[in-house]
Order: sequence, then C-alpha cells, then structure tokens
Amino acid sequence: MLEIKNLHVNVEDQEILKGLNLKVNKGEVHSIMGPNGSGKSTLAQVLAGRDSYKITEGEIIFEGKDLLKLSPEDRACEGIFMAFQYPVEIPGVANTYLLREALNSIRKYHGEEPLKHIEFAKFAKEKMKVMDMEDNLLKRAVNEGFSGGEKKRNEIFQMQILEPKLAILDETDSGLDIDALKIVADGVNALGSPERAFVIITHYQRILDYIVPDFVHVLVDGKIVKSGGKELALELEKKGYGWIEEEKTAANS
Amino acid sequence: MSITLSEKDNGYKEGFAGFEKTAPGSNLAWLKSMRQEAITKFLELGFPTQQNEDWRFTNVAPIARSSFDILVNGHDKVSASHLTPYQFEGEDVCELVFINSRYSKELSTLSKLPEGVIVKNLAEAIDSQEDILKENLAKYAEFKDEAFTALNTAFMEDGGFIYIPKGTIVEKPIHLLFISTKGENPSITNPRNLIIVEDNCQANIIEHYVSLEDNVYLSNVVTEMVVGENSSVGHYLIELESKKAFNISTLRIQQARSSNIRSHSVLLGGSLVRNNIHPVLAGEGCNSLINGLYMSTHRQHMDNYMKVEHVSPHCDSRQLYNGVLDGRSRGVFHGRIIVHEDAQKTDAKQTNRNLLLSDHAQVDTKPQLEIYADDVKCTHGATIGQIDENALFYLRSRGISKEASRDIILNAFTNETLKSMTLDSVKNYCTDLIADWFKQRELAQKN
Repeated sequence: MLEIKNLHVNVEDQEILKGLNLKVNKGEVHSIMGPNGSGKSTLAQVLAGRDSYKITEGEIIFEGKDLLKLSPEDRACEGIFMAFQYPVEIPGVANTYLLREALNSIRKYHGEEPLKHIEFAKFAKEKMKVMDMEDNLLKRAVNEGFSGGEKKRNEIFQMQILEPKLAILDETDSGLDIDALKIVADGVNALGSPERAFVIITHYQRILDYIVPDFVHVLVDGKIVKSGGKELALELEKKGYGWIEEEKTAANS
Repeated sequence: MSITLSEKDNGYKEGFAGFEKTAPGSNLAWLKSMRQEAITKFLELGFPTQQNEDWRFTNVAPIARSSFDILVNGHDKVSASHLTPYQFEGEDVCELVFINSRYSKELSTLSKLPEGVIVKNLAEAIDSQEDILKENLAKYAEFKDEAFTALNTAFMEDGGFIYIPKGTIVEKPIHLLFISTKGENPSITNPRNLIIVEDNCQANIIEHYVSLEDNVYLSNVVTEMVVGENSSVGHYLIELESKKAFNISTLRIQQARSSNIRSHSVLLGGSLVRNNIHPVLAGEGCNSLINGLYMSTHRQHMDNYMKVEHVSPHCDSRQLYNGVLDGRSRGVFHGRIIVHEDAQKTDAKQTNRNLLLSDHAQVDTKPQLEIYADDVKCTHGATIGQIDENALFYLRSRGISKEASRDIILNAFTNETLKSMTLDSVKNYCTDLIADWFKQRELAQKN
C-alpha cells in the first residue's frame, strides 16, 4: 500500500530525515517510535503533504501513485488521513460543517453523490457513539475551546467519518489520561480492517497495550534503525532509547 | 439656486446664510438658533486634523479641500427598478427612500404599522411632530467638539423620523434607504435621522447608503436613537457607497434602564469612511452589542471609532469588529470604553480582529479604556494577521480543495460578526455582498 524509499527531508536547510525506508501493506498496523527530534512528526507531515518540508531525495509510492506529486487534498481523497499531534482551532467553522465538506469532497473525487444533510447527520451520530462524544462537539467550532483530550478524540472521530485507507496517528496518545486513551484506541480498533493500514507514531509504549502493532520501528536521527514485533516496544519501554543509539554508534564505528 | 460649500472664501459661512433661509423649519426659532449655534461651532472648530487624537489615523484633508454642492434635484434619475438591488428578499419592510438625502414619496413604501407608530421623513416631522423634535433633536449627538456633527446639525434638511410609542412591537423592519446620484460637481448631503423608541418596545431599523453612480460626494450622517426602558432595538448600518465617496456617519444611542440594543455595521463602500458609534448606557442593566465588519480594497480608508459609555451599574457591552483588508487599503479601529464613576459591575468586552489579504494593506487598532469605577470587568483584544496557514493545511488535509478551504476560513471570519444579526433577510443580503466582494477580488486577481 505504502512504500517509502530512501526519503531525505530538509526543514530550513537542516536534514531531518536521512534515508528513511518503510513498507506498509494492507491490514497492517505499524508503530514508529523514537526519541524527541528523531523525525517522527516530520514523517507524518510529509505524508500528509505539508509544503514547508523539502524532499531532497527518495520517493513515496502510495497505492501505485507517486504521493509526492499530489496536493494535500488529493492525498486525503486517495485515502490518507493524518491525526494531528496539535489539532488546529478554526473559529467560526462548525465541526459538522468541516466534516460534511470533507466527506463530500472525497466522495466527489471518487465520482459519488454528496451526502445530504440528514444522511450525514445519521452517519455522524453512529460514529459519535463509538467515540463517546457529546452532540454539542459537532456544533462547536473546530477544536475551539476543546480540551486536549477532546481535540485528540475529535481527530479520531474525523478519521471514523472519512474512513481512510491509511491512517497516520501523530502522537495521538500523548497527553491523554487512560480513559481518553482507551476511547481513542477503541476508535482506531473499530476501524480495523484487512483493507486498511495504520501508522502509529508515538513516544510511549502505553497505547500499544490497546492497539496491537504488527511491526514496531525505531526512528533515530532520521533513519529507521531497528524493526521488530510488539516485544520491541516493551524493550524500549524498559530500557529507553539509549541502548539503540549506542548500538547504532557501535555499528558505525 | 444651488449652494456650494467650501473652505475657500468663507464658503461654509456664506453657504449657510443662503441655506438657512429656505431650510425646512426655517420659521421655527428654536431650530433656527440651533442651526446657527451649530454653524458657529463648525466654523470655530474647522475640519479635524490628525493632531486631534480622535482623528490620528484618518486624514480628512481631501474633504476639507473639496467644495461641495448641496444638490436640490436628482429625483428624476431614480426609479423603482433602481431600488431592487438594495431590498431584502422575502422581507416585508416599511421603506423610506431618500435621494440625495431628500425624501421621495413616490419611491417609499409606507406599509401599515401598529397604531401610534410614526414613520416619516424628518422635514415633514418638523411641521407635524415639532414637540418631539424640539425635545430630542440634537439633544444627544453633541456638536460642541464634533465638527462633522456640527456641520450636519447646521445643514440638516431631511432624513428618517421614527417614533414608536410605549409597549409597541414593530414586526416589520424599518428601512431607510439613502441613494446618491451624480451632480455636475462633488456634492454634500447631511442626512439626519431621529429614532425615538419608548418603553417596552421592539423594533429593527436599517440605515442603508448607496450610490447610483460612481461619483465624488460627502455623506455626512447623524443618527440619534433614543431607546426607552426595557426596549429592544436592532440597528443596521450598511455602507455601500461609490468608491469615490466620503462617508462620515455618527450613530448616537441613548439607552434607558434594562434596554437592549444591537448595532451592526457593514462597511464595503466609500473611499474615506468614518463610522462613529456612540452608545451611552444611561440606565441600569442595559445591554449593548456593537458589531461590525469592514472590508476594504484598493485605496479605501475605513475608520471605526467606538465610544461606549457606561454611566449606570450592571450594564454589559460587547463589541466585535472584524476587518478584511486588501490592496493598499487602510483600516482603523479605535475602541474607547468609558466607565463612569457610578457604573459599578460594568462588564465590557471589546474585540477587534483583522485579516490582511495583501502586503500593502494596513490597520491601526487602538483600544482605550477609561475607568472611573472600581468594581468592573473590562477586557479588550486585537489581532492583525494573514490567513492562518495551519488552518488552511488542516482543512486541505481533510480533502477540501485549497480554494474551498480558503473560502471556508474567510467566510468564518466575516460570518463571525454577522451571525448575531436577528433579521435573516438582512443577514442573507450582507452574506451575498461579502460573497460578491470575494468574487470581485478573485476576478481582479485573474486579470
């Protein structure tokens, strides 16, 4: 589904990703872990199409298409969704309005008829239940005045509505209490399907107790330095990132 | 005979001497002396300069150096079909039409109103409602240190007169439509509106200024609105004049105990616009909502001067003004809140947000709080910025096109000030005007 080959990315002339390779197949859950500043969020932003990042080398193929040639909106229409680490507040735009516009833009892209208000309302209501969200969050302006937990939950709620092929969660678990974390995890698990893949970017192992990854990758200094199964996450939790960095230094010397 | 006003050769003084003889109500001693007092004041004050703190960001020299004719005709140029674009779809209104600030009986629609309500033009009210006028006219809009108000008071001829007696609910909005036509030379009009709402009433009033042609003139408007106890009044000001026009407008509101007013200004037209809003919350427990939207482009200059006076305890005021500025235009928001000594428990909030669409547009925003009471809550905030790139990316990342995302953000910004309008027809009318503004902008960018 997704193949990233030798990806090099600069931000303001500083190289952040330094030859990253990753392959994600349908139905898989990948977790990318790594210390601060290793390039985790850069990867998420690049996949979503943020233009302040400069790709100097490498390619990203998504469903056979050159992803880097697509605009952010076309990527979303092709089935990529990123849950923001810091969801943006948009005053004056109702949550429900954003979601209906988004869903209908994606439907239009695929030549489908737009959903009518009432159809959309019904659909949204079902998804609200999964996320244990109150009705008024739909009417409120996007993320405005939301608590940290509400913002993250809202991201996953959007994902539920848009039903992407590939969902990238950028530290969605950071800062959540355990109840909110469970709701977020339930929201992700509810979408689990052999046709869908997840890339869960996280700093902490905790979320992986609730969303079981097929693969865990460790990102250090712009490269994936180690990959393994779920047990790798536990090891990282126990030992921290230090030993991997040491291992890497040893290998280089 | 036409009268020309100019700072050259004693033009205003001599013009007044000619004007005064034939002005409406020239036979009434009280009115005559009021006019004379006003012209004396105006001549003494002269047009304000930027040394005057209240005019620091707005240079009225282009007005001061012009000479203006007082137009006496133009009625033949306007027919009913000209009004259609300025009417509110689906709304049954009571409509007074003024052409170059003189009443047009033919074009006005005085539909049936509740008993006792009087809606007519001021020139006629001077004859028939002299008592009410004598008691109220120029009693609220001070001209002692306001040159433009003094000028208006000296040269006022006509405008809207609205009187709503105690306990009356006026369902139909009252629409005052001012249309300017082109004369041979730049012209001046001094519309004067007097709105008296007694206790326990409800009403909505729309002042609407438009141009038939793209010409230079000065609209120098003064509106006094007196709101009785426990009354609720919506006031709308829509400024759509020619891109060459000067518009100076003063809305002075006097609020009695437990009254509730909502003032909405939408400024789109004019080359130099000054919008003075001055509510005095005189009685206890008043509520004032003062919202506005200014959208300027090219070299337009739009100055909003708010003076919100809290005189009595337990009053709330809320100001929200949003500006969208393009081209080389300039916006000003000067928000004064004055809390007098007795106005304890005042809750006053002021917000001014500006969106700059061009690198050459400019905004000056200046909050000014003067608080003489000790138990009050006053807050103010101002922002100036470009379209939020993060918000834009966020929307696009959800599948919405770049153009549509941009429109969503801009509309959210402009709607913020419109959503509190209770008259849907007027809100829709303004929404269309804004959509058109953006469309024009888009077209201009393509060319």
